Amino acid sequence: MPAISMKVNGKAVCGAAEGRTLLVEFLRDTLGLTGTHVGCDTSQCGACVVHVNGKAIKSCTALAMACDGAEVTTIEGLAKNGKLHPMQEAFREHHGLQCGFCTPGMIMAAVDIVKRNGKKLDEETIRHELEGNICRCTGYHNIVKAVQAGAEKM
Amino acid sequence: MTETGIGARVKRKEDQRFITGKGRYTDDINLKGQTYAYFVRSPHAHATIKSINTAKAAKMPGVVGIFTSKDVAEDKIGGLICGWMIHSKDGSPMKAGPHPILAQGKVRYVGDHVAVVVAETKDQAKAAAAAVNVSYGVLPHVVDVGKSMTSKVQIHDAAPDNRVFNWSIGDQAATDAAFKTAAHVTKIDLVNNRLIPNAMEPRAAIGSYDTGSDHYTLYTTSQNPHVARLVISAFHGLAPEHKLRVIAPDVGGGFGSKIFIYAEEVVCVWASKRIGGRPIKWTAERTESFQSDAHGRDHVTHAELAMDRSGKILGFRVKTKAAMGAYLSTFASCVPTYLYATLLSGQYAIPSIYAEVDAIYTNTAPVDAYRGAGRPEATYVVERIVETAAREMKLDPAEFRRRNFIRSFPHQTPVIMCYDAGDYEAALNKALELADYKGFPARKAASARNGKLRGIGFSAYIEACGIAPSAAVGSLGAGVGLWESAEVRVNPVGTVEILTGSHSHGQGHETTFAQLVCERLGVDINNVSIVHGDTDKVQFGMGTYGSRSGAVGMTAISKALDKIEAKAKKVAAAVMEASADDVEFKNGTFTVKGTDKKMAFGEVALAAYVAHKFNSAEIEPGLKEGAFHDPSNFVFPAGVHICEVEVDADTGVTEVVNYVAVDDFGTIINPMIVEGQVHGGIAQGIGQALTEGCVYDTESGQLLTGSYMDYCMPRADNVPSFKLGFTMTKCPSNPLGMKGCGEAGAIASPAAVMNAVTDALGVRDLPMPASPQTVWKAMQPMKKAAE
Repeated sequence: MPAISMKVNGKAVCGAAEGRTLLVEFLRDTLGLTGTHVGCDTSQCGACVVHVNGKAIKSCTALAMACDGAEVTTIEGLAKNGKLHPMQEAFREHHGLQCGFCTPGMIMAAVDIVKRNGKKLDEETIRHELEGNICRCTGYHNIVKAVQAGAEKM
Repeated sequence: MTETGIGARVKRKEDQRFITGKGRYTDDINLKGQTYAYFVRSPHAHATIKSINTAKAAKMPGVVGIFTSKDVAEDKIGGLICGWMIHSKDGSPMKAGPHPILAQGKVRYVGDHVAVVVAETKDQAKAAAAAVNVSYGVLPHVVDVGKSMTSKVQIHDAAPDNRVFNWSIGDQAATDAAFKTAAHVTKIDLVNNRLIPNAMEPRAAIGSYDTGSDHYTLYTTSQNPHVARLVISAFHGLAPEHKLRVIAPDVGGGFGSKIFIYAEEVVCVWASKRIGGRPIKWTAERTESFQSDAHGRDHVTHAELAMDRSGKILGFRVKTKAAMGAYLSTFASCVPTYLYATLLSGQYAIPSIYAEVDAIYTNTAPVDAYRGAGRPEATYVVERIVETAAREMKLDPAEFRRRNFIRSFPHQTPVIMCYDAGDYEAALNKALELADYKGFPARKAASARNGKLRGIGFSAYIEACGIAPSAAVGSLGAGVGLWESAEVRVNPVGTVEILTGSHSHGQGHETTFAQLVCERLGVDINNVSIVHGDTDKVQFGMGTYGSRSGAVGMTAISKALDKIEAKAKKVAAAVMEASADDVEFKNGTFTVKGTDKKMAFGEVALAAYVAHKFNSAEIEPGLKEGAFHDPSNFVFPAGVHICEVEVDADTGVTEVVNYVAVDDFGTIINPMIVEGQVHGGIAQGIGQALTEGCVYDTESGQLLTGSYMDYCMPRADNVPSFKLGFTMTKCPSNPLGMKGCGEAGAIASPAAVMNAVTDALGVRDLPMPASPQTVWKAMQPMKKAAE
């Protein structure tokens, strides 16, 4: 198996991966970063969202090999120096999670939404932008509130 | 109210690990020497298995073992069970066919588990599974619950007409007599669409066998690990309970679908011994979840409601065909019976009710409890027919309900339930105000000017949860008791561990349960931990489903805390040289009446363990107490939901523009968490009404909605922000006065949404989901008529 290397959460890592190994498999199985989840296999649910070179992508739909040399941020790398990212804090503050399974993908997607749309987000924009992330627990009500509040503090 | 006690909006203690990616779900766990399982599943809805040839697959790289029903039989591993016996109205027991953990001779639905391949990697297991050659003799199939009994297909030998039971409740003669006196009768035919639960975490399991100690361990995505252990031990016969540990770590949502004991989990733990004790991991792909998780609903109902001239309800007749799928799942039989027809009185004083239910096999995935379990189906029937009756009698739907509300408690319905407390009119009034009901005509006119059809719909639901008492459910056929257990361990330094038989998979027990401890013992919330989900750590418990963990689980904790307080008072009295009767306990401090003597809770805990200051013959050292709580009645949450929709007359797209929910849950421990439960439930109900529907192709028997590309889960832009309100009548059957809140949203909302959509369109009925296509089609005859 060929070796690939990338920078994950600020650290240089390398590991072996088959050609068909998905980025999410590499993160979870090779690097042990199990915060990124697999919820659907068909790129709809968004539980696997991570940032690659600064952009949110679904890591169940990217080959690990294609990310050779990339900079990857996962949910584990969002807090800096023990301080939660404002979006993480907002999800807790606004009860934007219940079972927690979709949460890492939601938070990573939300950070990306703010990067692309700015800090002042209206409800309609947030709901539209979250089309790639499914939550079965919260009914989205508090997720929308969390994203709005987190955006303002970013 | 203290900052972290009962009634406080305490931020969740469990969130830190979830928001930082440190949650620990079953698939996150990897054991040394772990192998991977992949299941060979039936591609046919109904077929005999002529042969299974594993020779080629066995030679594939990495394959460790391949197992079929032959191996299961060799080890005498029992089949899956249904734990609730229902008798037909003729007295005969339900006709349950066998449900082996790997199919024996026959497959009965697409996705039925035929064989398992165990290999060194996931990909190797999957590749080898594709090489297992199963020769099938395809049989005719039936997937439609309405057609199964009259089809020529026979799914199980035990049930010649595919009917599992024909059950009834209520007084048929009295109900028929009531209809004879009626001034108006409303009739309705309803389909409660089949749903797929779709917890975001797919089911998963790791089974391992320790050859040294002859001991099994199963990590699994379960809502009730002790029940899983009991069933795997007593019915599958794998190992006695003390030789089997079941751990349900963080579980990513359940909604009922993770109550049940499934084949895959049992196979993983059984087959581990077969491969010399190496752990076997299985994680469902999403399509496997669609195919093999127990589905929900799937009822076809005809209902008739009799009224006098003033709109007062005289009688109610219901006939329901309920799909069971191809096998009876763990609690399938109680869902369309005791969880459904016992709620057909709704919030109304109905003198006579009669309901008949046929439970029917179809060549589909098993159907069992899904958020609400029977109660959404009952509410849908009651609230759709009540709304329709009001429209037919030209009465305001709110007024029609008001005329029929139950107003005095306790109220014995004609269908078993005895409602203990409630104030339905208070919830209605509050909901009307929050929804600005008076302003609706103006909003409707404004919508019309924009080419939109606006409608409003009500749902005045009641549900029964915290199912109990054990003796009563036992007399109705339940195979288990429905109490809950708790143990309170106070450590010598005064910190507290609560071991609960409840299981949290999103409900926030680590916070809510800790709030109760703060309230009672005055300890800091950070000094309380909640332990659950591991049969080696926690005493036997019944788990979490049916909105029972507050009313039943917390009451068990409360009872154990009573004992802790009583014991601690004795210790405090001994240390402070006072009579135990003179010791008072408040805000975490023990005081002696009429003196300035006092001890903090932590000091008393330490004294209990040090045991220097009291006679151990009179007071046992230590501070640890347990309790089992078996409630005296169900609890009865109720409320009124009002939904307002706008339908685009050109496209048929329905938008929920306003949604009001007013609920009575009795005492609320953490309003933030309760509101979250309501939000999630409503969204699931809006999903049922507008987007979700499981479809099996009639011709091929294939599951057409087998991924998120075909099964439309509600997204953020399918639902609005919700307006919530609460009313409160305390539940008299538990000391905290709590009812359940976990399912209410999903129970109430489908009827509210469909009443609104039918109001907007001016039609009597529409099938769920009211997708744009369905709505658009319904509008065409009206458009033609208008032209």
